[in-house]
Amino acid sequence: MSRKRDESPSSLWPAIQFTVNGGSRTVRVPPMKRLLDVLREDLHLTGTKEGCGEGECGSCSVRMNDELVNSCLVPVLQAEGADIQTVEGLALNGDLHPLQQAFLHHGGAQCGICTPGMLMAAAQLLAHTPHPSATEIREALAGNLCRCTGFMHIFESVAAAADAHDAQQANEHTMEQTHHAR
Amino acid sequence: MRGNPAMHDLVAPGSLGAVLDLLAAEPGIWTPIAGGTELMVAFSAGRLNAPKLVSLWGISDLRTIQANSDTMAIGAAATFLDLRRDAVIATEFPLLARAASWIGSVANQSRATLGGNLVNGSPAADSSPALFAYDAEIEMISVRGTRRVPYSQFHTGYKRNVLAPDELLYAIHLPRRFARHRQYLRKVGTRRAMAIAKVALGATALLEKNTVQEIRISAASLAPYPTRLFDTEAALLGKAITRETVLAARSALLAEVKPIDDIRSTAEYRRRVAVNLLEEFLLELRRGELHA
Amino acid sequence: MSALAIMSTHATTRIVGAPVPRKEGVDKLTGRALYVDDIEREGMWHGATVRSTIPRGLIRSTTFDHRIDWREFAIVTAADIPGENCIQLIVADQPCLADGKVNHCEEPILLLAHPDKHKLREAVGAVYIEYESLPPIFTIEESERSDVIIWGADNLLKSFLLEKGDVDSAWSRAAHIIEGEYRTGAQEHLYIENQGMIAEYSVDRGITVWGSLQCPYYVVKSLKSVFDLPDEKVRVIQTETGGAFGGKEDFPSNVACHAALLAMKCGHPVKIIYDRIEDLAATTKRHPSRVRHRTALDGDGKLIAIEINLDTNGGAYATLSSTVLSRATLHATGPYLCPNVRVNARSWATNLVPYGAFRGFGAPQAIFAMERHMDEIAAALGIDPVELRRRNFLHQGDTNATEQLMRQPIILDQLLDRALRESDYYARRAQFARENAGCAIKRGMGIAAFYHGSGFTGSGEEYLNSLAGIDATPEGKVRVLVSNTEFGQGTNTILTQVAAEALGLDYQDVTMAAPDTGIVPNSGPTVASRTSMVVGRIIERAGLQLLNLLREHAGLSSSHTREEFFAACDRYRAAKGEVVSLCRYEAPPGIHWDDQTYHGEAYGAYAWALYVAQVAVDTVTYSAEVEEIWAVQEAGRVLHPVLAAGQIEGGIAQAIGFALYEKVVLQDGRMANNQMTNYIMPTAEDVPPIHVYFEQSHFPHGGFGAKGIGELPHDGPAPAILNAIRDATGVSFNAIPLLPEDLYAGLVETQPAEEPVAR
Repeated sequence: MSRKRDESPSSLWPAIQFTVNGGSRTVRVPPMKRLLDVLREDLHLTGTKEGCGEGECGSCSVRMNDELVNSCLVPVLQAEGADIQTVEGLALNGDLHPLQQAFLHHGGAQCGICTPGMLMAAAQLLAHTPHPSATEIREALAGNLCRCTGFMHIFESVAAAADAHDAQQANEHTMEQTHHAR
Repeated sequence: MRGNPAMHDLVAPGSLGAVLDLLAAEPGIWTPIAGGTELMVAFSAGRLNAPKLVSLWGISDLRTIQANSDTMAIGAAATFLDLRRDAVIATEFPLLARAASWIGSVANQSRATLGGNLVNGSPAADSSPALFAYDAEIEMISVRGTRRVPYSQFHTGYKRNVLAPDELLYAIHLPRRFARHRQYLRKVGTRRAMAIAKVALGATALLEKNTVQEIRISAASLAPYPTRLFDTEAALLGKAITRETVLAARSALLAEVKPIDDIRSTAEYRRRVAVNLLEEFLLELRRGELHA
Repeated sequence: MSALAIMSTHATTRIVGAPVPRKEGVDKLTGRALYVDDIEREGMWHGATVRSTIPRGLIRSTTFDHRIDWREFAIVTAADIPGENCIQLIVADQPCLADGKVNHCEEPILLLAHPDKHKLREAVGAVYIEYESLPPIFTIEESERSDVIIWGADNLLKSFLLEKGDVDSAWSRAAHIIEGEYRTGAQEHLYIENQGMIAEYSVDRGITVWGSLQCPYYVVKSLKSVFDLPDEKVRVIQTETGGAFGGKEDFPSNVACHAALLAMKCGHPVKIIYDRIEDLAATTKRHPSRVRHRTALDGDGKLIAIEINLDTNGGAYATLSSTVLSRATLHATGPYLCPNVRVNARSWATNLVPYGAFRGFGAPQAIFAMERHMDEIAAALGIDPVELRRRNFLHQGDTNATEQLMRQPIILDQLLDRALRESDYYARRAQFARENAGCAIKRGMGIAAFYHGSGFTGSGEEYLNSLAGIDATPEGKVRVLVSNTEFGQGTNTILTQVAAEALGLDYQDVTMAAPDTGIVPNSGPTVASRTSMVVGRIIERAGLQLLNLLREHAGLSSSHTREEFFAACDRYRAAKGEVVSLCRYEAPPGIHWDDQTYHGEAYGAYAWALYVAQVAVDTVTYSAEVEEIWAVQEAGRVLHPVLAAGQIEGGIAQAIGFALYEKVVLQDGRMANNQMTNYIMPTAEDVPPIHVYFEQSHFPHGGFGAKGIGELPHDGPAPAILNAIRDATGVSFNAIPLLPEDLYAGLVETQPAEEPVAR
């Protein structure tokens, strides 16, 4: 039961800086703290949800450096310098993102708990595949479990969002394309 | 969430050299963490026994995929999405590209690394059958230098391998000589996506004048660690694919696999399906249906 | 991807039937919706539960590890409970906290709270409990054998006997007698939001609880009893709820009582959030069942007697086992006419985590058996399974097993014709019969016919005596006042549609009052497919009553604009006070139910359905996949076409999991696969195209003609899928979940063991 550092003042933790939804953020937290918990507890961005804590359900999906990640499996130190987008960053100036519009009108959200992650997975898909096939939609969303919809209306929503906006618009609404050097 | 982040050190030295220095200074003390898709699951469940971790994420030396004239060199920290996006892998090593597509979901493939999959050493590892089939070689690195072993000698037991405490898995090398080989890979999981293999079988074979000139077969979830099925290969090497050789190969496979009952499946099912997959491979091989 | 066909109905409505946007949709899509774990209270502590590690035994001692400073913690045991140590459901047998003995693994024994959730987690592992083990029982067979008695005098949680006609004399007249045994497994709800609650306690105000739940007044009932408090000192507020499916019908009462006990002890708000590992291991599941059928038919393939022995595994405490068993009993004979029926139903206690409510509530288990058995009968008689069903369908004017007269039109034949046409059933069957012989993949088609009773069983709705209504606030808001909750299925949307329609207002004019027992009346639980039909009808009546009130007392004209409506509300408020209209449930005429003989009108209405499944069975891997599903149903009026289709599709996906994927693996009475990676639900790549069709009717006693819809789609897929597997392989499988390992066991006998598969 030995315990170290957890009672230390937060200023003793190294500063970790990254960008969330376009704004620079700096946190001083244990470097192993999950990105999910940093978003929810330290940055109060509770739109990102925890469903399983094991990378199975996708409720915590966010976009990090133009890749979809499960934020429950990212130690925050590995997000140092990253560009992160969460569900709170989808709508621009109060205008719903085309995916949010489509989910609203095509029944893509029911209980809503998987919805933020589902939207981020769909946004990741459309950013690179503006007109996905049915198979591509299924594959892109396979890591986001929904227990309410049976997925049919989610597929419809994603297809409708893709139809409604061409690639360029989808990209404008999603993420600044910041490819980081490997 | 059962892990306590304050109970773990995590450092990111940022360069391969600095990581190796750290491992050399305190061998066995530091646990390397790349994409975290295994270790962070254990952390959340409160069963991560690693007080000190060193991050490999973002070290570009470990993430390069390079096509040389004779070999393909894949950095150990290349993600499965990196593998899926590589044109040479897609054309020359399609089994590996397919295996990469089976890793979890997109959000796992963006973080999970080929090296992580091997070091974790799960008997069900998705990439292992493809790497055996392509006769992969594993390169390890430490401050003492680099060394290579054939992949078939990398795993030594359940979740054990030949890495020394100060060593990192550095790269996976695949010989670029499988253009004429017939190739087969099939995974039997619990569902289409996000599945752990209950059985998988991968193979490459070179057939000339209806005779097996070269063959590599391996399986997942049929032994305590990923294994190549040498006895099954021996039953086929130099033979034509006939009813007799198929039966001999089946017997050899049944004799050398050691599946178990667990919460995901049964030994009996695994054994039978492995035989069916082997037979499917051999029949397709005979009929010339397999991709070359 | 899904075809949605709506017949037009005679009723013309503006808002009901229109695909208006989900009421709380924007909040959910922007991440603004607040689920319980998104909420922080000032000074809040975190709570956790120390649970039993053995299935049955006496608690001998509790030891606290000396390396923890326990003075920092709030510790609650059964001795801290001010009122009755019992979760109040139907039978008062389940302790809130184990007191001296445990009856299942994961039974709560002791509660801890601390401001730091990481310290809390460490402390849970530092409480050591010593037991004296007693022999446990886990199966229906062990329980009915009665060698070990763990509950009451005979382990029997509940039994029902339903009898119609004279079964015993029918066998001698039968041309055919067909028997079969069918089993269904436990199923986890797998709502994506785990169970969670926040509780606050003060001597003056009593208890306030926020949480993820379906039935606020159920939680009130248990809190009142555990704390010995009057109604006005207990307030329950539903937070946005991330899926429920029955899993948040009974279980949240436990979590709420635990959080409130800790809050009382430590003087701080306390939040308890289960992680997935705990939620899977410790919360309720669907009741496993064993159903034995014996059926007599005449020479024309008409049913002359059905005898059913239906047994369920109830787990360690009674929870809702009796009502689940009741619904299973009442759905056991399916939508068929049979003059002689006996259903002998029993629910058995075992040393497992108590089973509880789950979408369908016993009906999926009973219907799986009946519809699987119908195909076995058809095979034995050499009759087309479609034709066998058609010969035995109930029609208007018939009586069902409880001798309920079918007063409303029954359009089963029409549903069947539609299902056959949309699925191209006969052509596909013929095609597969040709192709299967030379192919490792065997395809087949299967059907299931079924009905599902809407609302509480028998006299249940009269007993509930639900109160619901509408008010208009001084701020110009019209609010629907119900304790019925939204957890994805669309309560907010359909009830505001109904209210807006009834009041002649726009959809945007009507909102939902907060689901807070301090504000809304008790309109009953949100279960049993009762919201659209029962509560919807009360809201429709409350709307008309409000209009009459405003016409009578505030000069509202008979055809009003929305501005005139709000002006009339202001006039009424100035003259008379609060603008509110409440109505109580009114039973449809002619409803009589006898709980003793199990005879009469079991349900006010039934929804009817015909489902067709196409499957592919891979004989190399022994895995079965559903390739397509057609779902044709009549559920009265469709209030919202997108939401209604979403209910059907979601229920079907969950039922595909029930049939082919989802297995609760038990080892020594505890769930061994309590992680999402090992409890397998269908993903986006596993759910096939689902085609949904509604044949609409107008049920005069439902909200704008609606019947219940939420549970119906869980009833039919499993038998349709297993019937399709029989069609594909010629092998009968009678137990679900049917995993590849089980298919292997059944199919391997048909394959040569030594010879390579000939292709």
